[in-house]
Amino acid sequence: MELVLTSLLFFALIATAIAIALVRRLFAVVMLAGVFSLLAAMLFVLMDAVDVAFTEAAVGAGISTVLMLGTIALTARSEKQPSSYSLVPLVIVVLTGLVLIYGTLDMPNFGAPDAPVQQHVGPDYIRKTPQDIHVPNVVTAVLASYRGYDTLGETTVVFTAGLGVILLISGLGRRPRRRKRGDD
Amino acid sequence: MDHHLILRVITKILVAPILLYGLYVQFHGDFGPGGGFQAGVIFAVGFILFGIVFGLRRLRRIFPDYVVHQLVALGVLLFAGTGIVNMALGGNFLDYNVLGEKGYQGQHWGIIAVELGVGVTVFGVMMAIFYSFAGRPPSLDDKEW
Repeated sequence: MELVLTSLLFFALIATAIAIALVRRLFAVVMLAGVFSLLAAMLFVLMDAVDVAFTEAAVGAGISTVLMLGTIALTARSEKQPSSYSLVPLVIVVLTGLVLIYGTLDMPNFGAPDAPVQQHVGPDYIRKTPQDIHVPNVVTAVLASYRGYDTLGETTVVFTAGLGVILLISGLGRRPRRRKRGDD
Repeated sequence: MDHHLILRVITKILVAPILLYGLYVQFHGDFGPGGGFQAGVIFAVGFILFGIVFGLRRLRRIFPDYVVHQLVALGVLLFAGTGIVNMALGGNFLDYNVLGEKGYQGQHWGIIAVELGVGVTVFGVMMAIFYSFAGRPPSLDDKEW
């Protein structure tokens, strides 16, 4: 059952990606990108990564769609027809994809108990969270407490990104310069 | 969007539950899925929906630009400030155990404070980005969609 659902979702994901590449109306592209994010979120739920799915649905399908629509309103509604077609980009993409697939051949299976990820600090966190922190959601315990320093860094990254957007495109008026005495 | 009656009515019904859900995700994050990041986004989405349908000017009356910009910084300060309070109470930076009588009580307070910091910053950044995009004069007419 789970296998059927997973493969169904993956096929829908691929179909959406191809549709995004083919459609020229940008409004449809933005909506399809939202669909793509929702499908990805469902895949994350199937993989038991509820917190990640939550973020994907809220950020990918929610706010990115709004921001993309805002961008369309500022720019253009449809993609320009390319003046000439060339095979080089396709070849590069296919080659990169093949190399990535080759890279996954060595990786442990999904959810394999002997994977390096499952044997490092993960078991410790799961064992100690009920005693140390008394919180049912281990993800929150790791994010906010065990790895609080990392999360502080992440928050600072979000802060810096926001600062960059505000400075670059919010169009805030410049502070009026103080007149020098010599000017008048 | 004055002529979209259905959108206006639906938005009026939807905004309050979205904000409530955002608060739930924020303060229930240590018991269920979610946390500051998702809550900040959801909370911002509630207001952005309001802004899209009822106009940016009405949204700016609730959250003027300078308030949003201060929220962006306030969240990071709240997060880092929690760590500094820990140090003042004799612990390490971001070691919440010193915040409560027993270690795990302190952990609870610390996690709530830190998640609130994340939520406030993310909310502020999302609102600020939305303002920067939507605040510019659009080149497309409403009918062109």
